[in-house]
Amino acid sequence: MNKIWLSSGVLNSQLAKTGLPLWMLGLGADLLWADMNRLLAFLFHQGVLDEQFLQLQQLQDEASPNFVSEVLNIYFHESEKLLTNLRGLLMEREYKKMEIHLNQLMGSSSSIGAKRVTNVCVAFRAATHHTNRAGCLHALEMLEHEYCYLKNKLHELFQIEQQRALVAGVRYPEQNQNQ
Amino acid sequence: MDSNSVVSWPRLPENMDSFGLTQEHSEEVHVLAVDDSLVDRKVIERLLKILACKVTAVDSGLRALQLLGLLDEQKMPSETIVGLKVDLIITDYCMPEMTGYDLLKKIKESSTFKETPVVIMSSENVMPRIDRCLEEGAEDFIVKPVKLSDVKRLKDYMTTREVKGESQDREGNNYKRKLIDTSDVSPSSPPCISSSTLPSSPSLVDSTIRRLKMTSTE
Repeated sequence: MNKIWLSSGVLNSQLAKTGLPLWMLGLGADLLWADMNRLLAFLFHQGVLDEQFLQLQQLQDEASPNFVSEVLNIYFHESEKLLTNLRGLLMEREYKKMEIHLNQLMGSSSSIGAKRVTNVCVAFRAATHHTNRAGCLHALEMLEHEYCYLKNKLHELFQIEQQRALVAGVRYPEQNQNQ
Repeated sequence: MDSNSVVSWPRLPENMDSFGLTQEHSEEVHVLAVDDSLVDRKVIERLLKILACKVTAVDSGLRALQLLGLLDEQKMPSETIVGLKVDLIITDYCMPEMTGYDLLKKIKESSTFKETPVVIMSSENVMPRIDRCLEEGAEDFIVKPVKLSDVKRLKDYMTTREVKGESQDREGNNYKRKLIDTSDVSPSSPPCISSSTLPSSPSLVDSTIRRLKMTSTE
């Protein structure tokens, strides 16, 4: 018990934010783990994510402990630029350029396992081939919606993971004294 | 937490997991990866590093040719990068300015790198595209998203090439010897890809490529 108090002194400000009293932290880690898995299962079931997302997780280890969050940050940054450009290009009726952007977005989305976003890109691309402006507008709205949903859910997932890691760190202070 | 980052983990330098890999490790497989997507470059780099390959990742065909010393203005021997050893080139197909196919052609036309295996990646499951690349001399064609199993298959292939280079008359490994022999066969005439009994449904592409690999290991 003494060890927990000693190491938690440094983490007190963060612990306070989780709202969990210290004595509950052991249980907290397991509850958060269950929450994370429940959310992941939900996202898979809804087709928001596919097995490529799991592949990304498998590429993360002690040698590359932040791999998933690094890749996702790059993905969010790139995707937001592409989406902004797409809206501008649609206003200008630049269907060929839109296709290039969509290929890029489709590629990176499939690489991270964002299945629904990828599928909307495919439909959107078909609309550009037919230079169907109304169809493109509708597809763009759907794309923006799916992307926002994905981003929010992934944020949620990582927030749970961050809390879980913090809480697990307190439960086993001996293993984390070098952090 | 700002709205654009997923998590505020402490940021590690990108090359932290590559310490200890120096150019003196000549047994190590060196792969040149070409992809205009930063997300895909990160993923392919990680996949290859997990299999203990040294990776150089560039964002365009032009940059790749520059690194290989194959750009037209670099034709003078003194400008070639001395001692650059590349065991495998893996490139995306769809890239602006120079496609993976164009890059493949340039590599196969060069005297220095025409024997280097080139693998094409594409998110499009298009048979004519795959055929075209294989006919131009591509060793393999991977449908994106790239998985660890795809890269593992390539790594096995790389190992057999090294074995061939080092020990021409070793008798032990018949399995590997057979792989090497069939890989020397012109890629434009693999029996099952051009077979007319196969329907050209895009969903069969994956199994077709895998089947090519399987028959060559009989």
